[in-house]
Amino acid sequence: MSILINKNTKVITQGITGKTGMFHTKMCKEYAFGAQCFVAGVTPKKGGQNYEGIPIYDSVKEARAQTGATVSVIYVPPPFAAAAIDEAVEAGIELVICITEGIPVRDMIRTRYKMQGSKTQLIGPNCPGLITPDEIKIGIMPGHIHKKGPIGVVSRSGTLTYEAVGQLRELGLGQSSCVGIGGDPVNGMKHIDVMRLFNDDPETEAVIMVGEIGGGDEEICARWIKDNMKKPVIGFIAGVTAPPGKRMGHAGAIISGGKGTAQEKLAVMEECGIKVTKNPAEMGKTLKSVL
Amino acid sequence: MKIHEYQAKEILRKFGVVTPRGIPCFSVEEAVAAGKTLGGHVAVVKAQIHAGGRGKGGGVKVAKSPAELETYAKQIFGMQLVTHQTGPAGQKVRRLLIEEGADIKKELYVGMVVDRGTQRVALMASSEGGMDIEEVAAHTPEKIHTIFIDPTKGLLDAEADDVALKIGVPQALVPQARTLLQGLYRAFDETDASLAEINPMVVTGDGRVVALDAKMNFDSNALYRHPEITALRDLDEEDPNEVEASKYDLSYISLDGNIGCLVNGAGLAMATMDIVKLYGGSPANFLDVGGGATTEKVTEAFKLMLKNPGLKAILVNIFGGIMKCDVIAAGVVAAAREVKLAVPLVVRLEGTNVELGKKILAESGLPIISAVNMADAAAKVVEAARG
Repeated sequence: MSILINKNTKVITQGITGKTGMFHTKMCKEYAFGAQCFVAGVTPKKGGQNYEGIPIYDSVKEARAQTGATVSVIYVPPPFAAAAIDEAVEAGIELVICITEGIPVRDMIRTRYKMQGSKTQLIGPNCPGLITPDEIKIGIMPGHIHKKGPIGVVSRSGTLTYEAVGQLRELGLGQSSCVGIGGDPVNGMKHIDVMRLFNDDPETEAVIMVGEIGGGDEEICARWIKDNMKKPVIGFIAGVTAPPGKRMGHAGAIISGGKGTAQEKLAVMEECGIKVTKNPAEMGKTLKSVL
Repeated sequence: MKIHEYQAKEILRKFGVVTPRGIPCFSVEEAVAAGKTLGGHVAVVKAQIHAGGRGKGGGVKVAKSPAELETYAKQIFGMQLVTHQTGPAGQKVRRLLIEEGADIKKELYVGMVVDRGTQRVALMASSEGGMDIEEVAAHTPEKIHTIFIDPTKGLLDAEADDVALKIGVPQALVPQARTLLQGLYRAFDETDASLAEINPMVVTGDGRVVALDAKMNFDSNALYRHPEITALRDLDEEDPNEVEASKYDLSYISLDGNIGCLVNGAGLAMATMDIVKLYGGSPANFLDVGGGATTEKVTEAFKLMLKNPGLKAILVNIFGGIMKCDVIAAGVVAAAREVKLAVPLVVRLEGTNVELGKKILAESGLPIISAVNMADAAAKVVEAARG
């Protein structure tokens, strides 16, 4: 088991003929069972062509009908990326992973509004994607640092996720799945949504939760963990030294009721029984201590 | 991206928001002439800088005669205005806004921001105008009324009227407040704003609802479709290093420490600052070189960090995903040579093509201190910075 994706998952790549889409599709196809997982690409007006043997379609609807794919990954440039998410949602894709960084917030507000009541799950945007080691990787993370095992990883940051995985590997600990939920303010799945899945996954024995300053999602997840989580969780929050006001707008701090500093997030997580570390070099070690 | 008050008011006026008549000025002479053009007995001289808290810092004065106006304009123009948002060095005043005076009966607050929880634009309004809204939120949160706006419907008449009454707009003036609030939302939405604040929104003695102050910030991800907003950028108001960094698509923030940090990825960049501090050092900057760093970008990043005369050491921390370690290593070597690096350089590489990257560093002949992991890197750079 794993969460969200495994070797039987069939994936459509939206924006497969762009530079980023081509590069990462090739890397993903070469990883573990990638060759059987990456079954279609979509680029409007390029239907009928293929990339690396992967057939290209004009629309997600057509690609889905032809291949039975249930997941799509998006590398479409920012001005068109929200529309690409909309297209995948309308085509009935179950899980959409949007890698694209730089989508206007206004576009995401509308896309998320349209997704209300839909069965589609969204990961990202502005995220590295997700991986179930030794089975399938969907996204831009370096595959070779991962290995199969019992630890779940959920994070808002790409490279900091790799850092956590690298530390686990040094300690001989593999991962069930690693999910990068992305760094944008308006996004799809939150820490809590991924944590629920890890809680229900029999293969996951413990979870590393990596957060950063801004918003209140880590606190919401921490409170849920306190009441529901059956497995140990450890946490790290980046940005203890980040200057106030630089990333958060003046009125942004008030709407979340003063939430958003690393110190406050760490305090709430500790209150909720999550073992936290202030040292990003000790995420792996801290996880090992709770097993 | 931030803009000045007078620019925000120009935008808001296009959306039907009533503001006092005013003229932006770039010299004392222009300010004096503006006072004459406006006529009237009372004019307000307002320093135009991007930071808030201008009034308390002495950057806003009410002039009751042309002579007073000239005195205040001379005082404020060119002054180093210090507010709680500028830092102790303050910000030089290079622009003034001369406005007609207003007969204020009531000061209210309205603001808009994107709420992450509901994923909608939130309108916040309060009877406590003119005050720092964070203070109100901390001490009397019941005085803040919030509406989460449906993106397909906009701010409804009933919602606008309800909130106007709750914050104390007199019944007869509610239609005016509605026009202002709906104009504010349309301006926010159509310009891709990230923040819009009118503090205070005032009720005047002659029965008008007026935006006495205005502040707008914009979503930098959306500037590509708003050349008219991009044109309002005032580089004098921004940290010169951050402006330079943005030319090369580097995300850079100046801090007051002495250890330069060059990292890929925002989360790892923050974590790197954190660990430097944890090991007893002090980071000089936040610097995310992003996913597609080239030799040129890395060289520019080094040049930026070295502009800081107090810089004692540099830490490069790369966990390559998109970014390949050999590319960053080649960039680091080229940059170190080009800038004739004189401070200790600690490099930690991990991820894609890491062996190739380490080889390039080792064969460069440069005195690079290699670190095996983040903790090792932090310990070594803190020690190096102590000399």
